[in-house]
Amino acid sequence: MSLLQTVNLKKYFGETRAVDNVNLTIEQGEFISLVGPNGAGKTSFCHVVSAHLAPDSGQILFNGADVTHMSVTQRVKAGIARSFQLVNLFDDLTAFDNVALAIFSRESKTANMMALAHLDSAVNAEADAVLGQFGLAGKRDVLARGIAQGERKLLDVALAYALRPRLLFLDEPTSGVSTRDKGQIMDTIASVVRGEGITAVVVEHDMDVVFKYSDRIVVMHQGAILAQGTPDQIRNNDEVAMVLLGSSGPDAFTRKD
Amino acid sequence: MTMAPNRTGPSIPRLFGVAVVVLIVLAILPYVVDVYQTQLLTYGMVFAIAALGFNLLLGYTGLLSFGHSAYFGTGAYTVAFIVRDLGAHSMELCILGGLLGTFVVAALFGYVCVRHTRIFFGILTLALSQVLWSLAFKFFWVTGGTDGIRVASANLTLLGGLVDFKGRGAFQRFVFAYYYYVLVLFAVSVVVMWMIVHSPFGKALQAIRDNEVRAGFVGIPVRRYRWIAFVISGLFTGLAGILWVPLNGLTTPDILYWPFSGEIVFMAVLGGFRNFTGPIVGALAFNYLKTYAVASSEYWQLLLGLVLVVLVLVLPTGIVGSTARLYARLFRRA
Repeated sequence: MSLLQTVNLKKYFGETRAVDNVNLTIEQGEFISLVGPNGAGKTSFCHVVSAHLAPDSGQILFNGADVTHMSVTQRVKAGIARSFQLVNLFDDLTAFDNVALAIFSRESKTANMMALAHLDSAVNAEADAVLGQFGLAGKRDVLARGIAQGERKLLDVALAYALRPRLLFLDEPTSGVSTRDKGQIMDTIASVVRGEGITAVVVEHDMDVVFKYSDRIVVMHQGAILAQGTPDQIRNNDEVAMVLLGSSGPDAFTRKD
Repeated sequence: MTMAPNRTGPSIPRLFGVAVVVLIVLAILPYVVDVYQTQLLTYGMVFAIAALGFNLLLGYTGLLSFGHSAYFGTGAYTVAFIVRDLGAHSMELCILGGLLGTFVVAALFGYVCVRHTRIFFGILTLALSQVLWSLAFKFFWVTGGTDGIRVASANLTLLGGLVDFKGRGAFQRFVFAYYYYVLVLFAVSVVVMWMIVHSPFGKALQAIRDNEVRAGFVGIPVRRYRWIAFVISGLFTGLAGILWVPLNGLTTPDILYWPFSGEIVFMAVLGGFRNFTGPIVGALAFNYLKTYAVASSEYWQLLLGLVLVVLVLVLPTGIVGSTARLYARLFRRA
């Protein structure tokens, strides 16, 4: 059974077909990159699957169960988590508290009013471990608003990861950071995600990054899936090259011009 | 990982030390100051409980209520009804009844209000509180209208009838005993609220305050938690209203009217709503400010207005926030 399956998923904004009849199947343990030009519907697809937006029609099956009409919190509990393109953190909480909160939530402990959060040693240890995995141990007690952009992106991912989801959507985890930091961020994310065997869908523009890390690449164009396949298959797909780069040919993705 | 102390959490022994010192000072004060000052400080502590409750919404959940007079007033009027109509004397019974009444009103109003945020939330809380005010104002055969309802301290007993206030020197004995009664409940309120804001639930509220969308995406049921915070907030402010009645001896629709909600907001802003102790300090300071402003000038509202303007322009983090910053600056230079 596939982990996630979308059936004729549709989301239109007026005339704009953001998600247009998408049928995508994701298997357990895959690392998938979702690529496509701006406005291709990648983020809308993430929004619909993570319940940030309701689909116009179609079905979302997660682990065999229909989750189409579940709320955000229900879908999080079911095991679907996501990070955001524009960093979405709890800015007046420390990096540690940001991660700890996700852990409290996962453990269904957030309703507890009569215990002190910072005395829960199991949660403390795990939050510190997660910060360590993402190289954020040094920022433990810094307010999220005071952390550099690249690290904020990582913290955003760490928050989603700390929920220990079965399926993790990462919407442009490297957007808005320097090319040098990009590789480092993706290395960190890929090693953590692969290490835990989490199924991940990453929206990404940088094709070097995409080819390097993905098991499978899904190309979206005008709301629909244009092509999908292994990095090699996509690299040699002329249609994809035309859509993404505006030119095709055997070395379209590697040519630097 | 180094085994450094958990810097995220507050140091409990240190806080405990400070709390004990403050409590001892407060416990000695009635022996040092006169009856009037004792009474004034009791009012201050009562308002501090109200502001503490209010700030669970503003400071920790990010919701500005402009209708907390509703819960203060509900607490107060419930006590008045219990004493007048049920003939009860026990203050503890009044507290239980008052909290029950506040719970019902806060749960009902909160259910409606937390469907909205920002200014819409504020306006809704304001509107609902004014419904209660107009009821108290118009249904004079029940509420006494503008005359209000008298609750004489002589009719009340503390600690299940152990302490009563009849006979000679009853008023002085009441002021003295009631000060300690309020002090204990104030201390309990502070501890309970401190626990709540430092609990996982409190952290979840702060997450909702900072970013409600992301709070949902880490699995927090945002609206339900806002509702719970609203009810707790109302209960604290309701307790303040309950304790205020015997002190004041009378409850009138004034405490349900919107300017009183504004005063509660003023208290939190004056002390600093970003700090736990801000509303407490703010409530005590506001109480003295208003008392002496009223005594010294008939234009006391002008004086309070000036204070508010200065506060917003010069000390946006309030007394506690500004003091903390000043302290940090001096400390670092040393």
